[in-house]
Amino acid sequence: MDAALLLLADSRLPAGGHAHSGGLETAAATGVVRDLATLAAFLHGRLATTGLVTAGLAAAACAYAREYAARVRPDAGAGTPSTGASPGDLADWAGLDAEADARTPSPAQRRASRAQGRALLRVARATWPGPVLETLAAASGGPHHPVALGAVVAAAGGAPERAAQIAAYGSVTGPASAAVRLLGLDPLGVHRVLAGLAGRIDAVAEEAAEAVRAGDLPAASAPALDVFAELHQQAELRLFES
Amino acid sequence: MSLAARARTAVPTDTGRGAGADGHTGFAARAAVRAERGPGGRTRITRLRSDGPLALRESGDSVYLVGAGAGPLGGDDLELTIEVGPGARLDLRSAAAALVLPGRRDAGTSRLIVRADVAAGGRLVFAPEPTIAAAGCDHHALAEVTLDEGAELVWREEIVLGRHDEPPGRYVSRFDVTAGTVPLLRHELRIDEDATSGAVLGDAGAVGTLLITGVTAEPYADEGLAVLPLAGPGVLVTAMAADTVRLRERLERGRRLFT
Repeated sequence: MDAALLLLADSRLPAGGHAHSGGLETAAATGVVRDLATLAAFLHGRLATTGLVTAGLAAAACAYAREYAARVRPDAGAGTPSTGASPGDLADWAGLDAEADARTPSPAQRRASRAQGRALLRVARATWPGPVLETLAAASGGPHHPVALGAVVAAAGGAPERAAQIAAYGSVTGPASAAVRLLGLDPLGVHRVLAGLAGRIDAVAEEAAEAVRAGDLPAASAPALDVFAELHQQAELRLFES
Repeated sequence: MSLAARARTAVPTDTGRGAGADGHTGFAARAAVRAERGPGGRTRITRLRSDGPLALRESGDSVYLVGAGAGPLGGDDLELTIEVGPGARLDLRSAAAALVLPGRRDAGTSRLIVRADVAAGGRLVFAPEPTIAAAGCDHHALAEVTLDEGAELVWREEIVLGRHDEPPGRYVSRFDVTAGTVPLLRHELRIDEDATSGAVLGDAGAVGTLLITGVTAEPYADEGLAVLPLAGPGVLVTAMAADTVRLRERLERGRRLFT
């Protein structure tokens, strides 16, 4: 993988990801996650649902961003992009935004996704400036995180498959590090869990990218994560934003 | 109907369109119902086509799916088309729970596709009894609903994970609702090896959703229950419980918070 893409997968990217636990804080507070075994099960389920959906959205956004960049490049220097007809329902930012909304019934999760998308876009516009990210920023003040991630991967020179992989990876690494902080789990043990998931992460990313190539977007839901996201909003005391 | 009776009716068939062509040995059934607003504003059922295991009966103000055989059964390929005309109302229910079973060995996946179009000012209530995903089943359900301007939808789905004390088979249920041209909900539940994760269903024995369009609600959550106002015009109640009785209670409790 290109070093530019490693930067995007790095938890030290200053895009605010560390403030979100992906439902882990409520899962820990309610005893659903309490040790390495329950954490591993939680991460498996999150990867198969949220991970798959965000990987699909990221891949679709990346494919659209690359296609868009190829379209505007010939008239380089033009500040405003030409508005060509967009092929297919998915192929514009508003369409992708609506698809992400329709896959995120929880309002708390929609807010968290847009907060992280906005933060990522802010970092990326300073890091990889270009017409793709400008048009995304113009289309939406707070894009959903996977949509922003796909666009940013394209801006950094990456392909949809890589966008899917980074999204799938991020769907489990964030909650895993939150588990270390919230439950005091052994960091070595948690990393052993993550290493055990590596093959699944690649498989989920491939499934998502394949679906996007076939013109579909995965929509796997996680009812428990939806409940946790809203319980978290009701909680009086919380360390993480989601 | 008893399983033995179902077994007698589930003989390989090539009377249904496409059955047998790809070697599958289940039913290929295409059922349809159409509701139209008649003179005086009363809804009339202007089309009612039963086929194979999809038997439809008009009763009072509702149309009932009456199980002409258990199932779906592995290899079955079932499709139900629902049309609700402008200003018409249709309540579609079922007489009893559906039991999704594996077919004979290597019968393959069973499929149930429900397509519903609700025209302007129409209202569809789709509230069948629960579906039980029996051990060993391999089932794919797909529901595609399109709503015209001002159309209303109430849609309930309840899935029970296995009969008493048995693990469920594989069950995938995709639900797509499009309002005008905008996707309102894209929601797939997969009951597979990852579903027992604490992030998905945990140890719940039943899971369900209730979608009501054209309304708003405050977000709410409690153990095994969430009331989720969608980005578009509608609210999704999602619930998990140990069994179907408690699942229904939770869905109804969620509904009462905003209706």
